[in-house]
Amino acid sequence: MLMPEPDRSVMERREEIAAALRGIVPGEGVITATDEMRVYETDGLSVYRQLPMIVVLPETTEQVAAILRYCKQAGVKVVPRGAGTGLSGGALPLADGVLLGLGKFNRILEIDYENRAVVTQPGVTNLGITHAVQDDGFYYAPDPSSQIACSIGGNIAENSGGVHCLKYGLTTNNVLGVEFVTMDGEILRFGGKHLEADGYDFLGLITGSEGLLGVVTEVTVRILRKPSTARALLVGFPTPEEAGACVAAVIANGIIPGGMEMMDNPAINAAEDFVNAGYPRDAGALLIVELDGPEVEVDYLIGRVKEIAEANGATEVRISESEEERNNFWAGRKAAFPAVGRISPDYICMDGTIPRKKLPEILSRMSEMSKKHRLRVANVFHAGDGNLHPLILFDANQEGELERAEAFGADILTACVELGGVLTGEHGVGIEKRDLMGEMFTEIDLKQQQRVKCAFDPDGLLNPGKVFPQLHRCAELGRMHVSGGQLPFPDIPRF
Amino acid sequence: MASTLKPDDARQVEEAIAWAVANGEPLELIGRGSKRALGRPFQVETMLDLSALSGVIDYEPAELVLTAGPATPMAEIEKLLAENNQMLAFEPMDLTALLGGASSEGSLGGSLMINSGGPRRIKSGAARDHLLGFEAVSGRAESFKSGARVVKNVTGYDLPKVICGSYGTLAAVTKIDVKVLPRPEKVYTVLVLGLDAEQAVRAMGAAMNSAHEVSAAAHVPANLTAKSAVSYIREAGASVTALRIEGFGPSVERRCAELREELASFGTIEELHTMNSLSFWLEVRDVHYLVAPMQDPVWRISVPPASGATVAADLSKLDGAAWFSDWSGGLIWLQLPASNDASSAEVRATVDAAGGHATLVRASKDVRAAVPVFHPQPAPIAALSRRVKESFDPKQILNPGRMYAGI
Repeated sequence: MLMPEPDRSVMERREEIAAALRGIVPGEGVITATDEMRVYETDGLSVYRQLPMIVVLPETTEQVAAILRYCKQAGVKVVPRGAGTGLSGGALPLADGVLLGLGKFNRILEIDYENRAVVTQPGVTNLGITHAVQDDGFYYAPDPSSQIACSIGGNIAENSGGVHCLKYGLTTNNVLGVEFVTMDGEILRFGGKHLEADGYDFLGLITGSEGLLGVVTEVTVRILRKPSTARALLVGFPTPEEAGACVAAVIANGIIPGGMEMMDNPAINAAEDFVNAGYPRDAGALLIVELDGPEVEVDYLIGRVKEIAEANGATEVRISESEEERNNFWAGRKAAFPAVGRISPDYICMDGTIPRKKLPEILSRMSEMSKKHRLRVANVFHAGDGNLHPLILFDANQEGELERAEAFGADILTACVELGGVLTGEHGVGIEKRDLMGEMFTEIDLKQQQRVKCAFDPDGLLNPGKVFPQLHRCAELGRMHVSGGQLPFPDIPRF
Repeated sequence: MASTLKPDDARQVEEAIAWAVANGEPLELIGRGSKRALGRPFQVETMLDLSALSGVIDYEPAELVLTAGPATPMAEIEKLLAENNQMLAFEPMDLTALLGGASSEGSLGGSLMINSGGPRRIKSGAARDHLLGFEAVSGRAESFKSGARVVKNVTGYDLPKVICGSYGTLAAVTKIDVKVLPRPEKVYTVLVLGLDAEQAVRAMGAAMNSAHEVSAAAHVPANLTAKSAVSYIREAGASVTALRIEGFGPSVERRCAELREELASFGTIEELHTMNSLSFWLEVRDVHYLVAPMQDPVWRISVPPASGATVAADLSKLDGAAWFSDWSGGLIWLQLPASNDASSAEVRATVDAAGGHATLVRASKDVRAAVPVFHPQPAPIAALSRRVKESFDPKQILNPGRMYAGI
């Protein structure tokens, strides 16, 4: 993975830059010792590592603003970082850049049940928000699988999803407001406890911008009343085709389950070996359908989904009769990644989305690719919204396997785009899918996105080298070449 | 002399904008024209009539996605979705009556451009939460796309969010992918009669915080209920606080019964069933109670829901004010007697104190030229808005000045 060439002239000023940052963040908030910076050298995409030039850990919004202002004036690159759990390398440091960690922003500031909102600092974990309100019967809906560790600020950077997002939306649908510091060091507020901001939807634009537009220093999220009941069905099918047809039929019947997850046979067996959840090992596909809401509704829908599953060729249907049983249905799915980690020294997790009807096609293409690249693949799948997580199994100690795994992953994502889908459903582009952006977008599409970046960060100092395969200077992007001035074209009627 | 360019397809839209850029000729973008009176008045000689870009291009109910041209009549889309027991969950408003046209004239593109969001906004979001992808021509005369035809996607910046609510100032949208959802089997409404604004906000808050999945919460003061076509509301003789519960039959009945019990201490309870519920929530969505008299200005005010009663109480002190609220108190529709400034300073000072914004949705051209239609922005955000506008439309060709001066 090629990163922008580090700027030697900046790296030579390291001591001077560190001293200036110490002037802003006193005490131990500026780290320059290599062994202390080691923990920041990678994020959840741990195949890539890079020590930052300096780590700075501010505690206040004013410090963040002063750091960014200084870095802009000094021409120093900045990489923001939350909890470092991201899976696409968005927080990978730069050798000539300052790593700005938000870990000290770890307090919940206000719980406001009247407005069903929580105001929090960005370093608070996703689950930390739910923990703060669950005794009163509320929760924060988006639930990425890293929710015990990932920060809400990182969730905003990545627009994180989770298993419940078909019904409850992604991060972007659950954030009400942010305090946001630009690379100029200006402190802005978008949104608040009211619904949606006036003017351009900057809140929506910032969410999912992968740390390229600014740094979020405070977050207001909406919280929801916890559904009074949740029950799940565990359904086995002979092949993924029947499981896919069942998913389509559930939705065609007007039912939007809280969660609808699919696993293929290799994933079922890996999970079963690991946690003994009682999954049918011979099933070609397994579906977990969770219904949540008022008890009377859940009981009614469980019956309807059971009928639909049976009409679509289910070979086994189990319905949870207790919380323990429901959790047991989920145990295998939730352990899918570590389970695969047990049967293979290494794996990479992909994250494409396809139109759901293309599921049989992508699975058959993947088994061809598996032969071509001589690597195994196991699939878990957010079936309701078409978000695939193929796990490619490899051994980094075998020469060439990492490269083959990456090529396999790129082939899968390219196929997703060919089938009308996208490169990433919830993990973000980062560095991992950066060079595949051209598969989905034209040069013009990408330039328009980069022009939006220029509106926030004209010098390109915030998290460069991520998301976009090519860096362009803003001045170059701003130029216009328009032809066609002569005539109002004969084919267009004028009145 | 005003002229109109009427492209037949996206390619011709690109040609038309290229011509406009080369000639420095700003354009007014029009889909079906139902919302032309919304926003700041701006002077252009040439209209870009997108009405030929109409029709549903692709609709797959099982994928929960519909693709259509921007000028597709909303009525056509709603009919098609209803035939498949689906809907646009953001409940797009039909503002034609409020703005002085015949009803049901609006387009899908228009509802996105104003980031429309009806009573279900509080549960399911606005247009911004349902636009999945689009194709468009920027003010650089370049065709580009963002988003995709799938419901879960984080590839690249979320430009669909910025396009929603941009009032045609960034790009001419040529194709739209929007998320659709199942239509509820039954729609019931629990009514609490005779509450004042403060009690109403408390009752709505209690309902929203319950486990009954209330999908809308509105309050219509006693002076407006007579305007309803729904007899239960019209003849209530008191204010009406309404809580909507929708979904599968057995669930709706049980939740309604439980909610009635929980709200009994607030006042007299009534219940609307599906037909009456649908009529009532259309009235709320389309601001029916404040349509007449046409010359009076109407404000749309968004504040934190729990502040709704205080803000409404302050605003109702203005001479001749009439108002009702939606979104559990968080959306206040305010009508004031016609004046030169629509009491802009007073309205905005009240809203600023609570945190939120006020948009002058209806007023004469002169008033909309004299006072800011959209809530004034702090200087750094205004500057950022200008830079974002410039990134899409550097020559200010597309609806220039419709939102703010220069934007």
